Amino acid sequence: MNNEGVDKSKRQFLTTALTVVGAVGTGYIAVPFLAQMQPSVKAMAAGAPVEVDISKMEPGQLLRVAWRGKPVWILNRTPEVLATLKTLDSELRDPLSDESEQPPSSKNPVRSIKPEIFVAVGLCTHLGCSPTFRPEIAPNDLGNKWNGGFFCPCHGSWFDLAGRVYRGVPAPTNLVIPPYRYVTDTQLIIGEPSEEKTA
Amino acid sequence: MKPSRLTDCGNWVLDRFPLTKFWNEHMAHYYAPKNFNFFYFFGSLALLVLVIQIVTGILLTMNYKPDAKLAFDSVEYIMRDVPWGWLVRYMHSTGASAFFIVIYLHMFRGLIYGSFKHPRELIWIFGMLLFVALMAEAFMGYLLPWGQMSYWGAQVIISLFSAIPVIGDELSLWIRGDYVVADATLNRFFAFHVIAVPLVLIMLVFMHIIALHEVGSNNPDGVEIKESKDPWGHPVDGIPFHPYYTVKDIVGVAVFFLFFATVIFYMPEMGGYFLEHANFIPADPMKTPEHIAPVWYFTPFYSILRAIPDKFAGVIAMGGSIVVLFLLPWLDRCKVKSIRYRGGIFKKALLLFVISFIGLGYLGTQPVTPVATIFARLFTAIYFGFFMLMPIYTRWEKTKPVPKSLTKIHSLEEQLHTLEEQLPALLDEITELKPVDTEIGHPAFKSSFFTRRPNPEGMINVINRLAKKLKESLD
Repeated sequence: MNNEGVDKSKRQFLTTALTVVGAVGTGYIAVPFLAQMQPSVKAMAAGAPVEVDISKMEPGQLLRVAWRGKPVWILNRTPEVLATLKTLDSELRDPLSDESEQPPSSKNPVRSIKPEIFVAVGLCTHLGCSPTFRPEIAPNDLGNKWNGGFFCPCHGSWFDLAGRVYRGVPAPTNLVIPPYRYVTDTQLIIGEPSEEKTA
Repeated sequence: MKPSRLTDCGNWVLDRFPLTKFWNEHMAHYYAPKNFNFFYFFGSLALLVLVIQIVTGILLTMNYKPDAKLAFDSVEYIMRDVPWGWLVRYMHSTGASAFFIVIYLHMFRGLIYGSFKHPRELIWIFGMLLFVALMAEAFMGYLLPWGQMSYWGAQVIISLFSAIPVIGDELSLWIRGDYVVADATLNRFFAFHVIAVPLVLIMLVFMHIIALHEVGSNNPDGVEIKESKDPWGHPVDGIPFHPYYTVKDIVGVAVFFLFFATVIFYMPEMGGYFLEHANFIPADPMKTPEHIAPVWYFTPFYSILRAIPDKFAGVIAMGGSIVVLFLLPWLDRCKVKSIRYRGGIFKKALLLFVISFIGLGYLGTQPVTPVATIFARLFTAIYFGFFMLMPIYTRWEKTKPVPKSLTKIHSLEEQLHTLEEQLPALLDEITELKPVDTEIGHPAFKSSFFTRRPNPEGMINVINRLAKKLKESLD
């Protein structure tokens, strides 16, 4: 190829200009391509509140309901359980729930609006497994230190019966408490915030 | 003789398409070292398994439905009602595990014979990218049957991304396409598993092989065969890949199929390791199975994640355990490639590494207990120690001299010659000469009659020497 008399700076300018225009164009088309993987409008809308009737719950019973596709637990705690919860603070990572996610109405030591009725999203804050409900005290497989609580089978995280995480386990924070409110004494709505300020 | 119609047709194509050139470059005139051993089967076997997965995968998509409501049942439909569907599905599920067995052995081969070292760093990098793509492919494929393990496994792995500071939550939401693993997740994983990742895999395999054929294969002695060539320009220690290694690999393929068929027909679930029991229950977003574990090929990395009692650090360690493999060519400072000529310290480190990798793999299949956690932490420390301390201990290595070439000229005659020289000396050492009492009492006769008797002291010396040599060669 004969390069004599060629204005190389002009050629360089054209190459650079084309590269820049091409890159900008690619950037523009990348936005819709990547954004179409975001949750769809339908997925975002499917978060309707759920009504739960708790009139038939026995003390110590755990109820599971689905809210936004996630398991939500409703636990009827006995007075013994509530007494045990007070003794655990030294073994917990965040006993007062300062770094955890909950509505203001549940930001208290027992993490609920009414002390007996505990409501939480049943997904471990580590990697999202659903922990198992283990109310018994000191079972063989979990050892003497177990005071009843939720045990995550995936990576061995420990939570007490207020969903508070123990020290030295992979989960970083306490279980998430969803917004919920009482319609009547025995009727709960999960997904709507409570106006009561107990905290 | 007039060329036949067929030859004419062939020539017509060859004039327009460089088939012969391609064949010669990569098969008939590609010289591979003549001393390939057992470990060199696994490259071509990996290619075979890739083909099996693609063919059976295409057949499976003809009846599978990527829909959260239909997926589980469509897999059972394939198993029960589609003619030979069970065979195709078991080939695909067994193929996934076979792929990882073959790849782990292939990587181990690279590790012991130094196939990742200069000038083959890029082959190793492409290979590692292939390994990562393969893990992504396997993980996304495992969601498709929409069983309990599929669901909760995906939930855990996607949540790994949420540990990344700042963007983590948004990123995991973007990957899932919903607030939990749901129909949207299944549908996009199907797209990735069936088209996107396989395309990447095929491209990377192509680059892996092109890079390999550019620099040439390593071998169990770590000798560069291109450095000694015969007068025709062919490596003295090389033989053409075709027919020598194509024929050898066919033997490997036959043996592989023997094992493959045994698993498919007699133990397709492999006791819950290839297909986990909990995955025969449809996905239930409300309840995690009592004991959840990934499929066996992910368990070493999963154990590392579990061993660390902090979410972010655990995820970093798990990612780091794979990233560190990429750096291997620059961590190993020893110039000698093959383990045959490397120092004892590397052999011992490698042994510890293999034990800890298998240990981590085993622990990952077991439930968490305090004792298991201690072992998992110990093995994790060894795993990282093997790589992070490598720049130090590989410098101290006492290596053995590496032969220049695999072929010794006139080697047989030389060996016979040395044997001839050494034999009388050896004979003298293990026996002793004793004068024989003869009836002739004259002193002139006395010195000329001897008899050979075994000499225990000399024999012990020889055996000691042999043992020492054996020990040296093992170090």
